Amino acid sequence: MSEERTGLIDRHVAFVGALRGAGLPVSMVESIDAVQAMTVIDLLDREQLRTAYAAACVKRAPHRATFDRLFDLWWPPAIGDGVAGDEFSEDGEGTSASGELQDVPPADLDAMKQMLRQQLRDVLLSGDDEALRRLARASVNGLGRTESQPGRQSWFTYRVLRALSPETLMVDLLKAVLEGEEQGGLAEKVARQMLGERIKRFEEYVEAEVRRRLAEDRGVENIQKTAVKPLIEQVDFLRASKDEIAELRRRVYPLARRLATRLTAKRRLGRSGRLDVRRTVRASLSSGGVPLTTIHRPHKPHKPELVVLCDVSGSVAAFAHFTVLLAYALREQFAKVRVFAFVDTCDEVTRFFEHGGDVADALARMAKEADVVWFDGHSDYGHSFEVFGQKWPDAVTPKTSLLILGDARTNYRALSIPALRSAVRHARHAYWLNPEPRQYWGSGDSAAFSYSDVVPMIECRNAAQLEEFVEGLLPV
Amino acid sequence: MPLFSSPQDVRERLGQTGYLADDAIATTVFLADALEKPLLVEGPAGTGKTELAKAVTEAASAALVRLQCYEGLDEARALYEWNYRKQLLRIQAAGDGQKWEETHDDIFSEEFLLARPLLTAIRRAEPTVLLVDETDKADVEVEGLLLEVLSDFQVTVPELGTITATQKPFVVLTSNATRELSEALKRRCLFLHMDYPDAERERQIVLTRVPEVPEKLAEELVRTVRTLRALELKKGPSIAESIDWARTLVALGADSLDERVVAQTLGVVLKHASDHARAAKELGLAQ
Repeated sequence: MSEERTGLIDRHVAFVGALRGAGLPVSMVESIDAVQAMTVIDLLDREQLRTAYAAACVKRAPHRATFDRLFDLWWPPAIGDGVAGDEFSEDGEGTSASGELQDVPPADLDAMKQMLRQQLRDVLLSGDDEALRRLARASVNGLGRTESQPGRQSWFTYRVLRALSPETLMVDLLKAVLEGEEQGGLAEKVARQMLGERIKRFEEYVEAEVRRRLAEDRGVENIQKTAVKPLIEQVDFLRASKDEIAELRRRVYPLARRLATRLTAKRRLGRSGRLDVRRTVRASLSSGGVPLTTIHRPHKPHKPELVVLCDVSGSVAAFAHFTVLLAYALREQFAKVRVFAFVDTCDEVTRFFEHGGDVADALARMAKEADVVWFDGHSDYGHSFEVFGQKWPDAVTPKTSLLILGDARTNYRALSIPALRSAVRHARHAYWLNPEPRQYWGSGDSAAFSYSDVVPMIECRNAAQLEEFVEGLLPV
Repeated sequence: MPLFSSPQDVRERLGQTGYLADDAIATTVFLADALEKPLLVEGPAGTGKTELAKAVTEAASAALVRLQCYEGLDEARALYEWNYRKQLLRIQAAGDGQKWEETHDDIFSEEFLLARPLLTAIRRAEPTVLLVDETDKADVEVEGLLLEVLSDFQVTVPELGTITATQKPFVVLTSNATRELSEALKRRCLFLHMDYPDAERERQIVLTRVPEVPEKLAEELVRTVRTLRALELKKGPSIAESIDWARTLVALGADSLDERVVAQTLGVVLKHASDHARAAKELGLAQ
């Protein structure tokens, strides 16, 4: 009994260590809470254990994905092939030694593929989550294994997904779901969304299963580093995948709301407004004419105009888009927002972000219609700054905060420092946000240091850094 | 004394009140009760956070004490306040004959104390659920106040002494995550993130809340709502909006969701003009 308990506590401590290693702030108290929770729940129910850990240790919703991955690694749902049920075998090896699949002749492998594909189709149609999970395990077991060296096996997600290619089932599935209803209408869109969701879930299960098998072969410690993705607000703008960018865009509005709330709170605290005599006297009547509390007029915040000048060339477009979206989500905080985009020449794109307009649309139209390419479509900061100064000389005024977004990679072209300097001189504040890590500034064709002599340049690699910057920029 | 005996028990008893909890919700509620820890529920608007507190109240046959948070909420509104108008009256009514000491002792007695939600919840001897709603709307100082109350379940009124809870209330804090709550507060709570439910649970919720809706329609509705949530919208439809939609469809007598019906009633689920336009475009509806 006591020995068993030590084992559990050791596992717990190691797991909490792994959570901390992945950037989740798990305090001592929370770790103890989790153990306390273990004493009252049914430990054999894995999902209860997961919920207990999540409730005690994960206090921010964005951390949940990381937590789930690590939980699956440290408290695996099965050992080996998982065919022996969820029993934990003594040495942890046991069932995984069976290597009969390599001996299966290719014809049978094909037959297995066919069989699994057929099963996958049925399960995707029924939407049974448990069956989907079981199928993922069986598929990885059957198709995901390779013998990298004699006696050493490895597991691959892409082998399973390529063999089964769930997307190619879509047409067939759609036909089955729609049951002869017309294609292309609302019904198809809805069905497509539902099936797409299930396919994605299957892919996730396969990935999780592969991670589990790898962790079993090589040890959890060696897998968790690669298994854990960085938190979304820490994702590097320049290296973000398509999914991550979509996720970032979805978070623009919550982020803007959070910034605005924080700002209102800060403004209210600075009670620098003038005394409101009328209301103070009125309030004093209820305390016999003694003004117990004084009432102040709300402080009118100074609202700057914001001019954003952004590089929308391929390399930094994701960063520029995100920042422009954020500026627009925050437009109530500014008197006016104007956006200029450039690649090798400059154009005003404010019109695409009209009030209430749709953001995804605006970005697509901006890329298509705005006149930002003049010569060859490679970034030309110098020419862009000159065009900006000539065409819109009155855009930057003493009320303006000027924000320049770009990586300052000039393709070795002219810098036009004077043009930039004149814009900066006219502005009330000017900042340059650079999505590149600071240690790369000035390397190769980067003119970061030349420009940073003229305008303060700030490293802004991820959403967290951007949030911090914007909060400082907004006036109190 | 714990209110619930197991997660399964939580689930069944919440179910009887008409609240369909999934495993995560049931387990977390059970843990909060068993470990006597406050439960912090975070998630988008309209996912049933406040409803959960109400359902727990009903399931445990307790009384609900609610503290609605807002900007500018202070100790006097959250904890207790001296009824100074009444005290003033008392002093004036006492006349000249009474000594100051007597008056002093008298005006700081129970009679002149206005108990606000936090104090009320702590003083109650019967089972109590304390709901601190929209905690993120309150100022940071209120969090400090909550810390004291929630960690020791006691309140100190200088003139009266320390009041300790005889029965710890079941505390639910809700938050829309418009700002991060302080680490210290989170550390003292168990955390439950409440997101949109999965398709099956949402279908059941719609069917429970709007029993008149035909099963097939409910299923179509849930799928459509999920499609809408997957679009890039400013504010995706919440469960509350799914339920409203079901009610609307029942009122209109619609028996299936085709393009025409969706186009007519989209305003029930999407509250921004730009979202409306986007959804209409993506789903191929006539404008």
